[in-house]
Amino acid sequence: MIKIQDVHKSFADLKVLKGIDLDVKKGEVVSVIGGSGSGKSTLLYCINGIEKIQQGRILVDEIDVHAKGTNRDKLRQRLGMVFQQWNSFPHLTVLENAMLAPRIVKKMNKKRAMEIAKEELNHVGLGDKFDEYPTRMSGGQQQRLAIARALAMKPDYMLFDEVTSALDPELVGEVLDTLRMLRDDGMTMICVTHEMAFAREVSDKVAFFHEGIIEEMGPPEQVISNPQKETTQKFLSKVLH
Amino acid sequence: MGMSFFTPLSWNDSGFILTGVLNTVYISVVAVLIGTILGLAMGFLRAEANRFTNTLLGGVLDILRSVPLIIQLILFSTYIGAMGHPLNPFVAGSIILSLYTMAFMSEVFRGGFESVPQSMIIAGRSLGMSYWQTVVYIRLPIGMRAVFPSWLGVALSVIKDSALVSVIGYMELLRTSEQLISRTQQPLKILIGVGIFYFIISYPLSLYGKYVERKMAI
Ligand SMILES: Nc1ncnc2c1ncn2[C@@H]1O[C@H](COP(=O)(O)OP(=O)(O)O)[C@@H](O)[C@H]1O
Ligand SMILES: [Mg+2]
Repeated sequence: MIKIQDVHKSFADLKVLKGIDLDVKKGEVVSVIGGSGSGKSTLLYCINGIEKIQQGRILVDEIDVHAKGTNRDKLRQRLGMVFQQWNSFPHLTVLENAMLAPRIVKKMNKKRAMEIAKEELNHVGLGDKFDEYPTRMSGGQQQRLAIARALAMKPDYMLFDEVTSALDPELVGEVLDTLRMLRDDGMTMICVTHEMAFAREVSDKVAFFHEGIIEEMGPPEQVISNPQKETTQKFLSKVLH
Repeated sequence: MGMSFFTPLSWNDSGFILTGVLNTVYISVVAVLIGTILGLAMGFLRAEANRFTNTLLGGVLDILRSVPLIIQLILFSTYIGAMGHPLNPFVAGSIILSLYTMAFMSEVFRGGFESVPQSMIIAGRSLGMSYWQTVVYIRLPIGMRAVFPSWLGVALSVIKDSALVSVIGYMELLRTSEQLISRTQQPLKILIGVGIFYFIISYPLSLYGKYVERKMAI
């Protein structure tokens, strides 16, 4: 379980998160929606400890991410993250991309790492691309590679930061299908997304971010289909039309 | 009459020429190797360091790059000699040529490290990699590939610049040929030969560099 408690985060004078509270239970899919600059990405970076926080705390399976003694490199093995930009490692083949972290972080032997990498690549539909270099693939394929690469670390949680926003429209579907599949596998996920239909369909909970706070949170039938707050209504009417 | 004073170039000279060739190759390889290792470290430091350290390092490297190599060689070897620790020409030449190479390589590698987008490094960290793992497995291979053609360019110019080490008495190809010239009085033949040698070494390497560059552009 991920517990986010009263999290405050600033960059110098800029207050980006102003007291975020959010629980993500095992097996839950939580979507985070909201305007650009509202702090959605920053929250994900704080969850996996890439960004520090100034106040509050974040617990991942009861481990305090930002506590002094926490081994964050180790903790990140439980938290897969995929970004808007797929960031394929261009010097490695598809298979090597997915094998790298299991090899060097988990010190797995080559055979085992290869098995796991192939399994995850098959899972996201890249079974015929093992020896391809990622730069020769489409954005959708590279994004699925990024997902497989994260899954090869066998994380307990997946954080998705607008993973379809940089894709050509015709490639969005294949990546969303991959996310649906993960949900069906029971993966716990936090999805920052602008795909409202997708969020409505897959989420157990939707959090609407506005200027560093969660303005409205609840089941998708409420937050997306029948928002209570005026700011939520305004945001939705902008993105839905 | 006086012609008997000079002896023309003959096959007996080939051993002497070969020594010159090998010494040129030798000092070039040493300088490129050490210069690359030091340049890698320096380039990494510069890509990572704060502004203050960067300005400091940048200043030193600028001096090494802008003072003509021939002056650095003479200054260093005379100064060390005057201090009472004369170094043999190979050692003195290797030190200066390596540092000179480092100064150019550091810029090349710095560019390489900086060419790797921060987002790629964060992707590595989010997979659980440590800072140093991202350096070794992501920044180094990606950055180095990007700058390989420039690296080769510097290496090639170092091979040519190594001729200057002759001024402090190192018997590399140029100095060997100068001695042959004064003995044989056949400068044209010899200098053309030397020129061809440098060309034979450099040209295939530069072709290879272009080939790699083209391949990476795809
Ligand atoms: N590393 C950073 N340094 C300074 N400001 C940042 C940094 N990252 C994000 N910000 C700022 O924080 C705010 C929230 O950014 P972000 O979390 O990326 O928003 P969102 O993902 O909701 O679009 C923005 O104003 C952005 O400019
Ligand atoms: Mg964002």
